[in-house]
Amino acid sequence: MAKIRGSIVVNVDKCKGCEVCMVSCPTGTIAMAKEVNGMGYYYAYPANPELCIGCANCAMVCPDGVITVYKTKI
Amino acid sequence: MIEATGIKEIIKPENLVYKKTKILTDNTMSYCPGCGHGTAHRILAEVIDEEGLQSETIGVSPVGCSVLLYNFIDVDIQQAAHGRAPAVATAIKRLLPEKFVFTYQGDGDLAAIGTAETIHACNRGENILIIFINNGIYGMTGGQMAPTSLPGMKTSTSPFGRDVKTMGNPLKMTDIVATLPGTYYVTRQSVHTPANVRKTKKAIRKAVQYQKLDKGTCFIEIVANCPSGWRMAPVQSNKWMEENMFPYYPLGDLKTPEE
Amino acid sequence: MEKELRLMKGNEAVAEAAIRAGADGYFGYPITPQSEILEYLMVANPAETTGMVVLQAESEIAAINMVYGGAACGKKVLTTSSSPGISLKQEGISYIAGAELPCLIVNVVRGGPGLGTIQPSQSDYFQSVKGGGHGDYHLIVLAPASVQEMADFVDLGFELAFKYRNPVLMLSDGAIGQMMEKVYLSPQKERSKVIPDWATTGKPSTRERNIITSLDLDPNGQEIFNQKLQAKYNEIREKEVRFEEFQCEDAEYLLVAYGTSARVCQKAVQLARKQGIKVGLLRPITLFPFPAKRINTLAGQVKGILSVEMSAGQMVEDVLLSVNGKVQVKHFGRMGGIVTTPDEVVENLKSKIIGG
Repeated sequence: MAKIRGSIVVNVDKCKGCEVCMVSCPTGTIAMAKEVNGMGYYYAYPANPELCIGCANCAMVCPDGVITVYKTKI
Repeated sequence: MIEATGIKEIIKPENLVYKKTKILTDNTMSYCPGCGHGTAHRILAEVIDEEGLQSETIGVSPVGCSVLLYNFIDVDIQQAAHGRAPAVATAIKRLLPEKFVFTYQGDGDLAAIGTAETIHACNRGENILIIFINNGIYGMTGGQMAPTSLPGMKTSTSPFGRDVKTMGNPLKMTDIVATLPGTYYVTRQSVHTPANVRKTKKAIRKAVQYQKLDKGTCFIEIVANCPSGWRMAPVQSNKWMEENMFPYYPLGDLKTPEE
Repeated sequence: MEKELRLMKGNEAVAEAAIRAGADGYFGYPITPQSEILEYLMVANPAETTGMVVLQAESEIAAINMVYGGAACGKKVLTTSSSPGISLKQEGISYIAGAELPCLIVNVVRGGPGLGTIQPSQSDYFQSVKGGGHGDYHLIVLAPASVQEMADFVDLGFELAFKYRNPVLMLSDGAIGQMMEKVYLSPQKERSKVIPDWATTGKPSTRERNIITSLDLDPNGQEIFNQKLQAKYNEIREKEVRFEEFQCEDAEYLLVAYGTSARVCQKAVQLARKQGIKVGLLRPITLFPFPAKRINTLAGQVKGILSVEMSAGQMVEDVLLSVNGKVQVKHFGRMGGIVTTPDEVVENLKSKIIGG
């Protein structure tokens, strides 16, 4: 059976580190970085990219639209 | 642009699932981290994009945190005096009936100073969409009590908690307008989880369709968080909202068209 | 094309003139002494003939904000009210001026302050000319003195409003609004299909989005904008002054009055001249821009000026500024809704100017 794999791209500079995406991610892909971006926020990033299933929950809840989502069947 | 990416091989145009709409401008939104305004703007812009309405839309922005909505959504916008957006929208829709006209207002704008304009536009059944962002507080001016603040809620002008005896009970505007024959579709939603975001988007899409029918006002309340005003972190504020705001402002349709 | 002759009330003439001027929308609220305007428009039902929108709003505040919305779409829109209602509209008017939108506002003035009285007065001069709303802005103010002018100034008002992207105020009063006179009405103009390039009508791909706002949080930007407004008002001062003179050529004394007071003063001039007093009348038609230059010139010719208004003395301050100390200026006026009589004017001219 084909497995669905996803990949997200986070616009680091625009992320405000609100963590709502991290909480909405069903697989634990997202974590908050230990360094800040240009606005001073601990930005979100795909810390465990191999777990991503491209469900786009993160992009759905992001108040700033900083996440782009891709998905494919492998 | 600095990007944090997942598995690079999957990042191909044919694999695209979601991308920020171009109708949302590239300006960084002025809202606090995690604020529901951002999400609401985003999905409104998405619906305008998906329905091909950019050249047909005229929006009215309020006074409040979202006064600068016109910097974030790429459509023709009029900024209205505090509370008066439904009156402004009334004229726009009556004079340009083919256009998609919406107002976007906070709880002070819609339920305090603008109470008369809200009720009368709905009572006349103006053929517009009113989007009501209810976070029970005045964010822009520093966290004062709103007509929709909960009993006992501590704000900068109710520092000991809202005392209903002297300050009244929270005003449920959505319930009030649902009783008016002039409203066609009245619903209460939220944008703090993916499922709720999808439901709210569906509600906005319905309102777009209904406006073409000329059957009355569509009114969408979005119960939202105000991390700064409530003095909480974003994730914490969403939880507080679920536990405290939703019991008072339950989500769901209050009025739907007869099938 | 032929003008149509009718016998009408001032208020009715405004309403009929608005339809004929091709107005797109009227938003109003009942208040004495101008409710006939809204009533006439409802009966005339121009929605059926020209497509003009006529809406009774829930308040004067709602009405002025409807005007803002319509004007921001590039449409010809107007609202009418009387003094207390005009007070309510001030925030909206400031917004309209700050967003540089065209529109017509008509004030059929009644006695104040507060709920006041329903009889005519001229005590809204300061409110109309000096401010009313907050911020550094000016309205173009037209002061009709007859039913004909109430009709004519609708079209003139819209013309000036769109020329300068500025709100225009017609400052009438309860006497002219209620009196019946002959009026020649212009033929029906077609409603304009021209869309100003700044208007919000839906953003096509060929332009950036239009934003109608009066907000600029950057003080530098806001100062530049205010300078732009002031330059506009200076241009209006240069080009749009209007006034009428009555027997000023050989005048030794001058009356300055507008609206109903001017009608009274015209009779007063005739009475005084019969008594051998060489007095003339200057009637400002635009109160902003004020005919300061002309009054200053006449001040060099006469021995004294009596400013006549139905108020405690508001326009007299602008007369004093215009005269700049050249000659004595005094005020005479009844208040409380009482209309001055020609005899009283002559009395006061004698006692305040000639005698003193």
